[in-house]
Amino acid sequence: MILNALLSPEFLNATLRATTPILFATIASSIASKSGITNMALEGMMLFAALFGVIFSSAFNSAWLGLLMTMVIGGFIGFILAFFVLKLKTDEILAAIAINLIASGATVFILLIVSGDRGVSSSIQSIALPRITLPVIENIPYLGAVISNQNILTYLGLITVFIAHIFLYKTPLGLRIRAVGENKDAAESVGISSKKIQYIALIISGVLASMGGFFLSGGYMTYFTKDMSAGRGFIALAASSMGGNTPVGGFLVSLLFGAAQALANILQMGSTLPYEIIQMLPYITTLVGLGIYSYRLMKKNQKLNEK
Amino acid sequence: MDKVLQMNNIMKIYPNGVVAVEDVTFELEKGEIHALLGENGAGKSTLMKILFGIEYPEQGQIILNGVETKMKSSQDAIKKGIGMVHQHFMLVPSLTVAENIVLGVEPKNNAFIDMQKAIEISKNLSDKYNFDIDVTLRVQELPVGIKQKVEILKALYRGADILILDEPTAVLTPQETEELFVQLNKLKADGHTIIFISHKLDEIKAICDRATVMRNGKSKGTYNVDDISTSEMSRLMVGRDVVLTFDKKPLNLKQTVLKVRNLSVAGSTGIKRVDDISFDLKEGEILGIAGVEGNGQSHLIDALTGLTKKFIGEINIFDEDVKKHSIKEIRELGLAHIPEDRMTLGCAKNMNILDNMFSNQYDRPEFSGKFMLKTKKIEQRANELIKEYLVKCKSFKQNVGMLSGGNIQKVVVAREFSTNPKIIIANQPTRGIDVGAASFIRQRIIEYRDAGCAIILISADLNEVFELSDRLAVMYKGKFSGVFNDVKNLTEEELGKYMLGIKKDDRLEGIMYEQ
Repeated sequence: MILNALLSPEFLNATLRATTPILFATIASSIASKSGITNMALEGMMLFAALFGVIFSSAFNSAWLGLLMTMVIGGFIGFILAFFVLKLKTDEILAAIAINLIASGATVFILLIVSGDRGVSSSIQSIALPRITLPVIENIPYLGAVISNQNILTYLGLITVFIAHIFLYKTPLGLRIRAVGENKDAAESVGISSKKIQYIALIISGVLASMGGFFLSGGYMTYFTKDMSAGRGFIALAASSMGGNTPVGGFLVSLLFGAAQALANILQMGSTLPYEIIQMLPYITTLVGLGIYSYRLMKKNQKLNEK
Repeated sequence: MDKVLQMNNIMKIYPNGVVAVEDVTFELEKGEIHALLGENGAGKSTLMKILFGIEYPEQGQIILNGVETKMKSSQDAIKKGIGMVHQHFMLVPSLTVAENIVLGVEPKNNAFIDMQKAIEISKNLSDKYNFDIDVTLRVQELPVGIKQKVEILKALYRGADILILDEPTAVLTPQETEELFVQLNKLKADGHTIIFISHKLDEIKAICDRATVMRNGKSKGTYNVDDISTSEMSRLMVGRDVVLTFDKKPLNLKQTVLKVRNLSVAGSTGIKRVDDISFDLKEGEILGIAGVEGNGQSHLIDALTGLTKKFIGEINIFDEDVKKHSIKEIRELGLAHIPEDRMTLGCAKNMNILDNMFSNQYDRPEFSGKFMLKTKKIEQRANELIKEYLVKCKSFKQNVGMLSGGNIQKVVVAREFSTNPKIIIANQPTRGIDVGAASFIRQRIIEYRDAGCAIILISADLNEVFELSDRLAVMYKGKFSGVFNDVKNLTEEELGKYMLGIKKDDRLEGIMYEQ
């Protein structure tokens, strides 16, 4: 019964939808991690993006222009994080926590100024990005129902996995990002400025995270609510790490977390279990996933040491 | 012959006043392999850092291919055709050989790396010098010898005419060393000039054309390798410029406290760093261990003090097997350790003097109650120790990192000596500190010896080992190459021959230990 439900095209369709914001943030985390910096500010970046997405889409009367502005802001937050970590030598975790806390408060404050409401942006007339049906695929049984009729950002997310992979593994900048992240001295010794590379990586990371944030209020939902990123930035950190900080690996793991999120959404309806327990599902999945991942890593290292 | 490089009257003084290089002139002829020879701290690394743009000289000129030039940075040096192969490789493990070689100057195909071309270039380069490397492998899968070759290829790819090899054979097995030599000769035949930093005389004899010897920051001349004997080289390299003397009570040996039998310790690369060593240490003596750095001294100390348990053989302190005890337990048996590097193992630089002085004894009953430290007593004792050891500081609340090297070392020594140790292992106890502090610490070591402590002294300072030791052993390639009971009548020249492996004694039984 449950298995049937889990394999139903409706559930998988919902999984892809729930995966999208996590996916963007996961790739964002991968690129930052490859450059040697943990971007723990993903959560705050997404939250800012979710709010500014609504505001700018409404202001420009265009979801696409709204997305573009949000990406610029995301890149700017990435730059700020880089500035604190690389220039002012702040601890990267502390700087990220600061950004996350600021995001949590500032978004409510800005929301209050713009809409007069402390919790929801429903008074702002927002425009979401469209859902699209894929011409041929739509008609394939099962697969069509899973893949087609998704938000355009979901497709963009899947394409981003591919682009990020090419970027990291086939371009000079990608090679340098990986080199800096792994052995800064080696990169510096051949004339690569590790700071410059890390600035670039964090800005890209910010842009990607903001795309995930935009989806929350301009696709997944059509309005902003207080703290709506709901830990997805942190889930993405876990997904990226479990995926070996590679875009493809991160994508596969983020699917798992997306499924947990979708499952929680479904179970909320018509279940006798308390709402709060069901809501814990994605986070418990993260914890269990991290546990399994770390255990396997430990075993692997043990084997390597025995050699 | 053309002179490709002249470094004239180079002088380098570090901000703390240490003269690292003093009026050194160094010349390279095109297509030669030139050895730069000297003990650690002789100034050869500093001289090379100046050439490679990492350090800047206070005085002197660099003339490259007849043109006076300044090396602004290592990038600048690379552009001018100088390549350096560091002792610690500058490679990215998860990247392939080809990726490592082209990193920073990647061949491009539109926006992408032309991987095909990168592989081709790397392969051609590798084939040209018979390096025989599969350039598509990841660096992390390669043995050390190959990694080194990748480093050389990296420098060649960037157009290096002059290659600096910093102790290239230190990490290699004998077979790998031989292979390296074949390839270096090939490079030489191709017109490259090689600077070979080393203190291994046999290797210099085998491969180098000329050698410049350095000692205490000064050049002791440049010689044709064929015209100079190894003992002559060792005489130039090892020696004292000033002779110090200390007063000691006559030797009064008591019971054996440390017994080492057939000890072997492997290094991180799997090479045996300590090779089947046996010795006894008795109360009331100072056993000096001399030797060029990197001949197993640090690994021997790591095993004796419990820092590593990865050794074969036996180490017994008061008949207790060291392997079965933690470092803390070993210390409680009465062992004190002045570590080689005071900043990494010797102290916590961001903690204050008091915390550093009591880090090995804070839990002793005189300083600690059941739950709380006896702060008053500790502070009182800290003040006593600061006075006794003449530590120059404002108060015990000052952070250790703020003190001068000599005073930091005094804090370390005060801590180690204040527990009434029975065995003291002093590794380079006076390295890099001022004369006053050094002489004070040496005096304390002698006092403890006179009081019946058993002491092992490892030092690169010949004055120190000559004057303090009752017995002097020389370590060479992980073994004791010689042991001298009569240190007074030993000459520096003789010692140098043992340190550099020109002379070796095989029978040490009866001198180093009793069966």
